[in-house]
Amino acid sequence: MNLFHFLWQNHTQVLELTLEHLWLVGISTLLAVLIGIPLGIVSAHWPVWNKPVLGTTNIIQTIPSLALFGFLLPVPWLGDHADRLAILALTLYALLPVIRNTDTGIRGVDPAVVEAGRGMGLTGSQLLVQVQLPLALSVILSGVRVAVVVSVGLATIAAAIGAGGLGEFIFRGLAMVNNQLILAGAIPAAVLALSADFGLGWLEKRLRPR
Amino acid sequence: MIEFRDVAYALPNGQPLLSGLNLQVQRGETLVLLGRSGSGKTTTLKLVNRLLTPTGGEVRVNGVATAESDVIRLRRSIGYVIQDVGLFPHFTVERNIGLVPRIEGWTAERIHLRVKELLQMVGLEEQMASRYPHQLSGGQRQRVGVARALAADPSLLLMDEPFGALDALTRDQLQREFLSLQRRLGKTVVFVTHDLREALRLGSRIALMDAGRLVTVLSPEDFLRSREPLAAAYVQAFGDGLDSAANRGGS
Repeated sequence: MNLFHFLWQNHTQVLELTLEHLWLVGISTLLAVLIGIPLGIVSAHWPVWNKPVLGTTNIIQTIPSLALFGFLLPVPWLGDHADRLAILALTLYALLPVIRNTDTGIRGVDPAVVEAGRGMGLTGSQLLVQVQLPLALSVILSGVRVAVVVSVGLATIAAAIGAGGLGEFIFRGLAMVNNQLILAGAIPAAVLALSADFGLGWLEKRLRPR
Repeated sequence: MIEFRDVAYALPNGQPLLSGLNLQVQRGETLVLLGRSGSGKTTTLKLVNRLLTPTGGEVRVNGVATAESDVIRLRRSIGYVIQDVGLFPHFTVERNIGLVPRIEGWTAERIHLRVKELLQMVGLEEQMASRYPHQLSGGQRQRVGVARALAADPSLLLMDEPFGALDALTRDQLQREFLSLQRRLGKTVVFVTHDLREALRLGSRIALMDAGRLVTVLSPEDFLRSREPLAAAYVQAFGDGLDSAANRGGS
């Protein structure tokens, strides 16, 4: 049985798992953006916070993903809902690139522009919203892009704890020693990652200040 | 208009950048702060709009100590032009110039008219309004910088080597336009430069600074005759440049 034939025969399931996969990645990225951008702003503005914030997220990054899923499993509210657990873990991994790029992007804004803004009497928040964030946007977006691509890959492991997604095919294929089944999960995941990378890359280029 | 009373400024690590500064800037004059880099002239300028706060003494603008005034109000009432211009690259020329009026809540129509007026005032064509900074030449950018500083019609202008990065001819032209603009508008200007020629040309008085201290304050005429060693050295170096060029032409 060839791969395309398999995908076609099981297209409802493929579609379902792809959507599940997108849901896991989408929600966790959204959360990472909502938490990470404010933390990045804090770490760019108050140097005292720079090391603790980036250090913590760096440490999270070093925990092997399978181990993190395992650690979180006994946690009461999370353990019963594999998808919540997966979303939390994916969010934690996505934080680092978002925070780091927000921090770098804001710090990277031309000091002359910031000084001019301050000298003209912009308040701190006006400076942030009208000048620093817009000018840092393409750098922030490239962090989000890295987060999404990494999450698409990591989310396949979420199937190990029963959170669904394209990893289901992969784990089932591994158990049954069926390469076609593994590919049926791996190829759509790769396509997702590539299209997210391409789409966000395009957006990033569009938003880059001249 | 501006008064420095025994002003000192030191970095947080204790390194002094400025000490014992006593100086008054009169309404309507152009006071030039002249000195080498590191002499404290930019520090002095930033103390006026409180980008820096004095660590000793006080700076008074219109009779109020800057340390006690609302810093945002203070800055919006003072025009500020810097060498790197600092135009917002993601704003058009019109939005750059109209920024302070906009955050001050002017109507769109009033801002538009003001921008038009200012563009004309600094010698830019009206269609420049929709351009972005990266589409302008260095001289045009600096003109926009001046227009932006004038937008809310401040009575006081701070200019930190505004023409320093321009080629000699463009600089000459902008200096000339600055003079005629200044004659028309009568703003109080504090102007930082390291160029004696520019100081002599634009200043009604020249404050010579060295190593964080004010050496002397002189009119341009007196500056040329001054026996003060540093002032004399500046004049000497300036003359030498012209002489050696003339001599090379003769031999």
